[in-house]
Amino acid sequence: MADLSDSLLFAAVVVYALAMLGFAGDSASRRAKRMLSVPAARERALVGAGAPVTSTPAPPALRQRSAADAHGFAGTVALGLTCLGWVLHLASVVTRGIAAERLPWGNMYEFSCTTALVAVTCFLVLVLRGRVDRSLGAFVMLPVVLYLGLAGTVLYTAVGPLVPALNSYWIKIHVAAAVMASGAFLLSGVLALLFLIRHRYDARTDVGQAVRFPVSLGRGLPSASSLDRSTYVVIAFAFPIWTFAIIAGGIWAEAAWGRYWGWDPKETWSFITWVLYAGYLHSRATAGWKGRKAAWVAVAAAAALIIDYYVVNIFVVGLHSYA
Amino acid sequence: MTLTELDAAAVRLSTAPEPVGPLRSRQLLAPVRRGWRQLTSMRTALLLLFLLALGAVPGGFLPQRSLNPIKVDEYLAAHPSLGPLLDRLSLFDVFAAPWFAAVYLLLFISLAGCLVPRIRLHARALRKPPPQAPLHLSRLPVSARWEIDGTADDVLQHAKTTLRGWRQVRRGDALSAEKGYLRESGNLLFHVSLVLLLVGIAVGAFFGFKGTVLVKEGSGFANAVLNYDDISPGRRFTESSLVPLNFTLDDFRATYGPDGAARTFNADIRFAPDADTTPRPYDVRVNHPLHVGAAKVYLLGHGYAPVVEVRDASGELAFPAQSVPCLPQDAKFLSSCTIKVPDTRGEQLAFEGVFTPTTVQNESGSVASAHPAAQSPALTLVGFRGDLGLDAGVPGSVYELDRRRLKEIDGGRPKLLGLGQTWDLPGGGSITYVRTTEWATFQVTQDPGKLLALIASVGMVLGLCLSLFVRRRRFWVRVVPAGTGGTADTDRRTVVEVGGLARTDPDAFRAEFDQLVRELQDRSPARTGGQE
Repeated sequence: MADLSDSLLFAAVVVYALAMLGFAGDSASRRAKRMLSVPAARERALVGAGAPVTSTPAPPALRQRSAADAHGFAGTVALGLTCLGWVLHLASVVTRGIAAERLPWGNMYEFSCTTALVAVTCFLVLVLRGRVDRSLGAFVMLPVVLYLGLAGTVLYTAVGPLVPALNSYWIKIHVAAAVMASGAFLLSGVLALLFLIRHRYDARTDVGQAVRFPVSLGRGLPSASSLDRSTYVVIAFAFPIWTFAIIAGGIWAEAAWGRYWGWDPKETWSFITWVLYAGYLHSRATAGWKGRKAAWVAVAAAAALIIDYYVVNIFVVGLHSYA
Repeated sequence: MTLTELDAAAVRLSTAPEPVGPLRSRQLLAPVRRGWRQLTSMRTALLLLFLLALGAVPGGFLPQRSLNPIKVDEYLAAHPSLGPLLDRLSLFDVFAAPWFAAVYLLLFISLAGCLVPRIRLHARALRKPPPQAPLHLSRLPVSARWEIDGTADDVLQHAKTTLRGWRQVRRGDALSAEKGYLRESGNLLFHVSLVLLLVGIAVGAFFGFKGTVLVKEGSGFANAVLNYDDISPGRRFTESSLVPLNFTLDDFRATYGPDGAARTFNADIRFAPDADTTPRPYDVRVNHPLHVGAAKVYLLGHGYAPVVEVRDASGELAFPAQSVPCLPQDAKFLSSCTIKVPDTRGEQLAFEGVFTPTTVQNESGSVASAHPAAQSPALTLVGFRGDLGLDAGVPGSVYELDRRRLKEIDGGRPKLLGLGQTWDLPGGGSITYVRTTEWATFQVTQDPGKLLALIASVGMVLGLCLSLFVRRRRFWVRVVPAGTGGTADTDRRTVVEVGGLARTDPDAFRAEFDQLVRELQDRSPARTGGQE
């Protein structure tokens, strides 16, 4: 069963990588098409926005979404591959759990796989509900593939039972919440970076400046405002879950270690991550911080999350050093 | 629509603080008031939040005294020039540092200053009806207009039932409706809970207590400050608030996998509030502490305590079979032991060495442990003879030897003792390794602020969910009798104008708005689609 789980994960990574290529090809071909027929695309966009009763024109985000409906064959295939990869990925996590006879959240390898699964799930849900453009696929699949590749090679741990401190029903609650929030936060970090690229691209092209890589990637991206909103939606979803994860961790720590909070390195970095995301939510309501600065805060928060997980677990010795 | 008109429609849709404007009054308190407004502004709060995160960073990277003072000393020794500088900035005690406290206290003052007026505003908003319809509904972010059969009253009556669940008020020919007050309620609940959480933490820090104690199998513990190995009481903690508790450790068991990874720890104890009550058994495990009144007893660590017997040169039993706790040094429980034998005739005896639960010896003769379970335990000891220096009155650790007036036995050659073996010391005396017992460390904690912190945490999550997922929005309906038409009521036609406004998530509101408009139109079908 454990071998099956490993093979399934390998298959999932391969399918994700193919999906990534598909998304990239799709956005490249659409970019080429758009250059050929800009007026046609704009006209179609306006028709698409004509909701039956509203008299006011749709905001740019809606127009953008309609324009993005014009997807090529490659994009559809890529989306299908992502779904297939997701099924393989899910099966890998489930079989791992069956092999270990427990929830598959006991070490860094298992945690990484589940986090990536949540990130892909969030992305798929957002795409299928029309809240995020599928042209972002390549940018989302790239970190997912790298993340899973890292998990499968560097962090790989053979199936084994848990150390006593993890042997609690709180592992289901605390770790499930942490995994879910981390997956969504990582996705939001990608979205915020893409917003920054698009924002820079807009600023450069508005004054007629030439753009170079990576700013030139902005050409194929959805509008800055819709990326900004997607980032917010994902963070607003994840923030209460992260808060809950920290609180559940506190309750567990109280039962296992005799205090609910002790500034253990993992706790400290979770706190930093929490404060930065709280800062992000406030910055969107503060004049002069909306947009670019808020996005940088989201990127910094995602970086803190990555430090919280990787740097703390691997380089800093604390109570969370299990794997 | 002019900006002011939209502002009027959006009034109290958000209770966010107004930006700090120019100051007009020339009062004496003007600078104070200005400073206060600066402090309670969102921008200041945001900066303080980032400072808080930044301030916590060294606490996440540098060793902290509160967690591991030995690590801090090691760091100071390794960085002789940088270390003291960092120490002066309290970077090894970040979370007790005055500057860190300054940041979070300022943040909470800023929060309180922001919160009080917002609570007042929201309480007022909860009592007030939704605001008057703006003059030009068509200039709102979403709006629609059509003409239908029926009198203006019919249409408004219908709108009222359609907008069930909204807070609504009719003013003449217009209906104002508003929904989603829970968003701001949740927002305020979250921030009030945050303040309560800080209070809970403070109560714990002032009146709480934490102590750790090592208990050998067969030994007991009585809950008194003097009996602990290590305590960290709160500033306002008094010994009288210690929970009455006695317990005895009967048996400690640890199980391991073949690779040496721990599987279970189990400490069987018997406990009672005092010496006169019959004790009750309990198994303290990781994740399974003992609750006694306001206190909790946790299993913190464990180790081996070999039982040894020492005879002096005259053959007298100078050290009757006693367990000696050894401190684990690695994951396989190679542990360091110190045995002091002061009650000898003639020179005092002492031993220092290691205990290895699963003993392996390499070619050079040094011992190691291959597994944490006691499969083939052994003591490897170096003996000393002389004066232990215990009479000097200087308190010394039981785990350390003062070697100044001690000389090594047998030239300091280590002697390996298997279970049951005796070492006849050159020059008289002997030591016997009788059997193996274990010890466990327990932590007793009392935290009177814990419950408040838990309640506050629940309030935070609840408040967050409300403030992030509930949308506050307004909807207005205005009716104007159509200019033409018959005189009979049934022939009356009415022009309906609607508009909506939402501060957050305009996409979701647009869908809701369209749905509302459809419902308003469907039940009284429009004769002409008077859309613009």
